[in-house]
Amino acid sequence: MAVSIRTDGEAAGLASSSNRSATGASWDQPILLRLVSIVLFAGIWEVAGRIPVSFAFPTFSDTIVAFFGLLADGSLATAYLSTLQPLVLGVVLSAFLGVGLGTICGLWRTGEWLVIPVFIVLQAAPVAAFIPMVTFVYGIGMTAKTLAVMILALPVIVLNTYKAVRNVNESLLVMCRSFLGTRWQTVTKIILPDASPVIFAGLRLGVAAGFVGVVLAELLITPTGIGDLITFHRSRADYAEMYATIASIIALSTLTLVFLQWVEVRVFRPESRGA
Amino acid sequence: MGATALRNGPSPVPAPIDSIVEVREISKTYGNVEALRGIDLDFPRGKLTSLLGPSGCGKTTLLKIIAGLIPADGGTVAINGKHITAPGPERAFVFQDFALMPWATVMRNVAFGLELRGTNKAEREAIARRYIAEVGLAGFEDKYPHQLSGGMRQRVGLARALSVDADVLLLDEPFSAVDEQNRRKFQEDLIRLRTNQNKTFIFVTHSIEEAVYISDRIVLLSPRPGRVSQIIEPEIDRSGDPERIHRDRHYLDTVEEIWQGLKQYVE
Repeated sequence: MAVSIRTDGEAAGLASSSNRSATGASWDQPILLRLVSIVLFAGIWEVAGRIPVSFAFPTFSDTIVAFFGLLADGSLATAYLSTLQPLVLGVVLSAFLGVGLGTICGLWRTGEWLVIPVFIVLQAAPVAAFIPMVTFVYGIGMTAKTLAVMILALPVIVLNTYKAVRNVNESLLVMCRSFLGTRWQTVTKIILPDASPVIFAGLRLGVAAGFVGVVLAELLITPTGIGDLITFHRSRADYAEMYATIASIIALSTLTLVFLQWVEVRVFRPESRGA
Repeated sequence: MGATALRNGPSPVPAPIDSIVEVREISKTYGNVEALRGIDLDFPRGKLTSLLGPSGCGKTTLLKIIAGLIPADGGTVAINGKHITAPGPERAFVFQDFALMPWATVMRNVAFGLELRGTNKAEREAIARRYIAEVGLAGFEDKYPHQLSGGMRQRVGLARALSVDADVLLLDEPFSAVDEQNRRKFQEDLIRLRTNQNKTFIFVTHSIEEAVYISDRIVLLSPRPGRVSQIIEPEIDRSGDPERIHRDRHYLDTVEEIWQGLKQYVE
């Protein structure tokens, strides 16, 4: 005999999270607001370019035209082909190494004492200063560029993961133990999902830092890829092309972060999808 | 209806014929604070026993020692005659703060104990679905904990504990984070649930009314150090309308008796 007891009050409590979207006009829709924000930004850029603020400051429309020009002649594609290799390699390595190291340090005291101080120093240091040193040791190839990405991306990923694992919800750990979870199950089914929001915050910061690293490396070490394209157009005073290149890498970085957030919500925190 | 059976003092309690949990000489000290001293208790099979007492009497500590979640400094706990020091499949715990995984649906939360045991997905979801219905949450399988009220969340916690088919259910102040109306509804359901499920319940509470309302047996603990001060078996007929119990004379008398006994520990 089943006991049925759902009261109206309880059922009503359920609705509170879903009825939010029904209120208000189109201004409540974040997509529209974001579009307005972009249009506003482009408008101000256009006006500033027409004044002009500086002879080296192109208008928004010139930049867009230059962007399609760079797309058409293939120089953008060539540049990204060479930039993306160390970037993707460095970011992926940093993500796996960073989350792995951070998790181990969060779970294991000795590891914490060995590893964490190094990354606290690295995070505090102006890491760009290391880049000439990396060039000195590893030359000007792919290795140096990948290392530049990792030097910038790794500390924040390690430290965020470590903190998240350290501060995992104690009562869920007790719950897992009382239902006979093994150590491995506790890590994979409780600790990592519980830590995932903070780990992903670290990954987003790390990926953004990785973009900084690769551009720095291309400006400072090897004149290739996006860094070279920026330098080249600056030297020829093609400012619209230069701005188009810069804007393209910013856009790519932003899209990557948005994608990362999408993956996080999709895969790790389905409960926050509607919220 | 019989009179309230009352046994006074920490004098030896005659062991019930069939006790599933046997606690012997349990003691526990936190730093300088003696939480429990020489606890000797038997929990009869198939009954609901409450551990009742003012804060600081060690009732939750005792429950967690029985659960194997914290080690005792001395003494033993035996379940079905076997000594235990760690959690086991014959016990399931219901937590005061629910301890639900916020990223998991009601279904996955309820089936989690079975998931940890390696039961395959189809089987564990079939079992979980049955207990979700049993606690009155049918239709809420795909909701997340943050979409539920406090009372409903604790029903999820109860369904999770029922799903692993343990002999003993350990409930640590399960209603303390639930509002008053839902608590009363939940207490009524627990009485009904108990007649359907052939399980032993050990229930920690600081509410005298709650203990008398639902318990076959109440163990009164006195604080500093925590010791058994009294064991009471309220003989209340719970077969009829659960609403009626609140007006039952034996119910009211027992509440009053316990209050008189506990008064001395309240400043």
